[in-house]
Amino acid sequence: MRRVLGFLILSAASLFAQWGGELRFCVRSDPKTFNPLMVEDEASETIRYLTGGVLIRVNRLTQELEPELATSWKISQHGKAITFKLRHGVSFSDGTPFSAEDVAYTMHALMDPSLHSPTADAFRSGSGDIQTLASGDQITIVFPAPLAGIERLFDQTPMLSARAVKKEATVLGPFVVAKYTPGTEVLLARNIHYWKTDASGRRLPHLDAIRLDIQQNRDIELARFTRGELHLINNIDPEVFNRLAKQAPSLVNDAGPSLESEMMWFNQNPNAQLPEYEKAWFRSKNFRRAISAAIKRTDMCRVIYFGHAAPAVGPISPANRFWFQAQLKAHAYDPQQAMERLRQDGFHLDAGVLRDREGHAVEFSLITNAGNKARERMSAMIQQDLQTIGIKVNLVSLDFRSLIERISQNFRYEACLLGLTNYDLDPNSQMNVWLSSASNHQWNPSQKKPATAWEAQVDKLMEAQASAVTREKRKGYFDKVQDIVWEEAPFIYLVTKNSLSAFSPKLQNAEPAMIRPQVYWNADRLVLGPAQLAKDLR
Amino acid sequence: MWMRRIARHLAAFVVTTLIAGLLGATLVRFGPGFDADEQRLDPRLNAQSIQAIDKAHAEERHLVSYYAHYLGRVAAGDLGFSRSLSRPVSELLAERASVTFKLLGAGLAGGWVLGLALAVPVAVFRAPLFDLASTAISGIFLCVPTAVLALFLFLYNGPVRFAIALLIFPKVFRYARNLFVDAYTQPHVLTARARGVRGARIFLWHVAPWAAPQLLALAGVSVGVAFGAAIPIEVLCDFPGIGQLAWKAALARDLPVLVSLTIFIAAFTQLTNSASDLAVAAISRERK
Amino acid sequence: MKHARKVAIGIVAVVFTVCLLANFVAPAPYAMQFRDFISAPASRHFWLGTDELGRDRWSRLLYGTRISLLLAPAAALLSTLMAVLIGGVAGYMGGWWDRIVLRVIDIFLSIPWLFLFLIVRAVLPLNTSPLESVIITFMIMGLLGWASPARVIRAGAQSLRNSDLVLHARACGCRGPRLLLMHIAPNLKPVVFAQFWISIPTFILGEASLGLIGLGVAEPLPSWGNLLRELVNPQVVTGSPYVLAPLVLLAVVVSCFQLLLPEKEFAA
Repeated sequence: MRRVLGFLILSAASLFAQWGGELRFCVRSDPKTFNPLMVEDEASETIRYLTGGVLIRVNRLTQELEPELATSWKISQHGKAITFKLRHGVSFSDGTPFSAEDVAYTMHALMDPSLHSPTADAFRSGSGDIQTLASGDQITIVFPAPLAGIERLFDQTPMLSARAVKKEATVLGPFVVAKYTPGTEVLLARNIHYWKTDASGRRLPHLDAIRLDIQQNRDIELARFTRGELHLINNIDPEVFNRLAKQAPSLVNDAGPSLESEMMWFNQNPNAQLPEYEKAWFRSKNFRRAISAAIKRTDMCRVIYFGHAAPAVGPISPANRFWFQAQLKAHAYDPQQAMERLRQDGFHLDAGVLRDREGHAVEFSLITNAGNKARERMSAMIQQDLQTIGIKVNLVSLDFRSLIERISQNFRYEACLLGLTNYDLDPNSQMNVWLSSASNHQWNPSQKKPATAWEAQVDKLMEAQASAVTREKRKGYFDKVQDIVWEEAPFIYLVTKNSLSAFSPKLQNAEPAMIRPQVYWNADRLVLGPAQLAKDLR
Repeated sequence: MWMRRIARHLAAFVVTTLIAGLLGATLVRFGPGFDADEQRLDPRLNAQSIQAIDKAHAEERHLVSYYAHYLGRVAAGDLGFSRSLSRPVSELLAERASVTFKLLGAGLAGGWVLGLALAVPVAVFRAPLFDLASTAISGIFLCVPTAVLALFLFLYNGPVRFAIALLIFPKVFRYARNLFVDAYTQPHVLTARARGVRGARIFLWHVAPWAAPQLLALAGVSVGVAFGAAIPIEVLCDFPGIGQLAWKAALARDLPVLVSLTIFIAAFTQLTNSASDLAVAAISRERK
Repeated sequence: MKHARKVAIGIVAVVFTVCLLANFVAPAPYAMQFRDFISAPASRHFWLGTDELGRDRWSRLLYGTRISLLLAPAAALLSTLMAVLIGGVAGYMGGWWDRIVLRVIDIFLSIPWLFLFLIVRAVLPLNTSPLESVIITFMIMGLLGWASPARVIRAGAQSLRNSDLVLHARACGCRGPRLLLMHIAPNLKPVVFAQFWISIPTFILGEASLGLIGLGVAEPLPSWGNLLRELVNPQVVTGSPYVLAPLVLLAVVVSCFQLLLPEKEFAA
């Protein structure tokens, strides 16, 4: 009887709980900007995602493109032009209609040469301005040069209103910034003019508001979540995940591999102030592959990530279903193979110390950023693993800015351990890593001409994939890049982290994805329901 | 003559503050990572954008001219613009000052009350066991990181402002206890006791005034200690105060914020220390 | 208090001896990772359990005590001596010299010295051993830690300058450094000893804070500071109380140091 009564009350309550409520979660820092074209930090990106209306959206679950403000699109002129058919009846949050004029305005603002942001640079395929040709509900944007994967870039590009005075406050997304208290919170209120509706025709979003608390401390965030003050933790530490899983397994979610991985590399810059014999070590493929083979990745996944990570294969995570080179496997732990490779290069063990041909003891420093517990632990594990093959590793944790100065300006380092976050599924966004002339070609940046044959090959393949017409052809070229990187190991990929999140049972319609934003990617359809009521009645 | 003295003190105050600001700016400017923006690691940025990022710091590279321009702007009420937080520095300081001052005020008041509350009975009643217990308790709190105390208080819904008090009181206790016990061995106190003066009268009229100059100097210094403790508390407990701002600015090498903070702290330190010096001077004149 | 002092001597002697013999007493090297026993509770093999990398906490405590117990008092002595020298002389001399020193102290207290540590770290070669880098860190803390106590000692010296005992000494022909050393300095003992005692845990905790930005003791070398950093995680503390061992040991040793100092006992 009690159960029947509970079911009836729950059903009735759930009907009333479909609409309204304030979702609460944390962002790590104050947003640096509310201008969606200037976003570079995570907090600003969160606000952009929740308030911005885009022409095309990448569905975070399926990783496929979906029409949003554009009902359809067509690429022409070999990737130089894209034509959108715009959705009818869409209005900005101030009630003014959305039109092709706004798309043109946004794109011209984005291509302003004085605007320097990741969003803007992603569209800069060549020198020269864009052309926009509007005709009714269609608009064609012509770029100065072909742009690979152009349609995916619009997922990061909210449309601005050409006419509004307060551009940042006039949005097309499900929410609008209602209040910002620096250091404390950002309050987003429902956009009453949002264009999407649910199956019954009622205008979305379900939620009244989203409150983003500015909270850096993860322990406090966890305590507030367990107390019920927060509804979700979007990107949770594996340690915290484990603790929470023990207390309340239904609250946590491991969505599988994310796009984030950890890697290390050696300084191969010929101008680095290192002894020549050290440079020779780092330039040797055998040396790098030996180091890779001597590192026990499975231990890192188990000890540091509590099983919520997997040995990394290469620059593309398995989470990236289309672009991942599925034939590759992570470098296996094989200290014997490591020693064999080292012997090929003339290294030998002498009373437990590895020495090169000239008798120099193999010793190098490994820098990483201080305050990142996972990386500090990882470097300690690498130190112990390499000790078994006679290599001495000196661990140095540096504050982040000091580290950046060393790896990108004065090159006073030997090896570095850092993480990689791919914001975009398309590898074209990594051009500035793989091109030998690029500044983010970390191991040997800004080369005037490729230092090695394989880097020259990678340059050719990246340029080929950037100008290829079909996705399949591009994949073919980029698979070869992944093969070369796997073989040459300029980056020694260590682990690919899983996408871990936690959310309250009150939060309905949540389907955590592997890629950001994991839990609230469908914020317009999230509902706060009476899960607590059901639990009490059991 | 008074006007001359005031003018002299004011000039010394201004010169000291300016020197502190310049030295602080020098350390920041020549510290590692000054020119290294995190955005450099974003693979989506092209070479022109990275150049533009580097150029944005150009004004700050020439230290002396930057500082001269900065002082000119300060005279017009403009403390500069924070690169890391994208907001005017004056706005940031105005918003955050009250959070920090409340934390400091509560912490200092609590620390001194608690410290003296332990030290006075030790000296007056001369109870070795109480002395031992107080030493042990203050020793324990000296050894716990303040930020950890604050975090525990925060997580278990305790008064976080009390964390600074728990940092200050062991220092106050130790100094005060030693000064008071030493005072009881001084000739003037022995003479008073020989004349039949006892208890609270001895303490208030003979012991406390003897220890006062050093305790007042300690009071001035404890403000600086409390401010130093406020930084990890605000960072770990996410209080949006000046301490958190200082930490973020230090990590981001945000020169406008750091110079303004250094000048603000220099001025504040001088004011508190000058206040304690004046009090010491007043007491010395009384005793003469 | 005499009994308490004897007990304190005994405790400090035992702690010193055990940690100096850490190479023989510790059951495992401090860096050895027992990866099948991460965050293990206390047991016969791991007396204080293991940390998040499977390293024996008891071994790390022994080696960490050796580092901190030698270096922190040395740094505290350095800062206290500098404070006595600078503050004591300024308070005794008075006048212009005193005013200048006060201004220097105020400037010193305002500057973000964090950046000096960053500069030192940048200048040191990356292959500086963890031991060398921790010695340098404590030395810098000692060299920078004089300003606050100098102010207090200066106030004490200033009030003693015009006291009866100094007037008597002057009347007997005592002047200059002799007056400072024989009459003023001994009467500054209460604040000097208090300062020394307070500085020891302050520097240890300071080293712990510097570790957050990579300026503390480098891995895998343990110190009280980096062992105490585990306390920043409350869940670890409640889940594994053995992380409190360094805190307990530090508190005991600091309290013992206090009892060892030749401070005045109560007047009869």
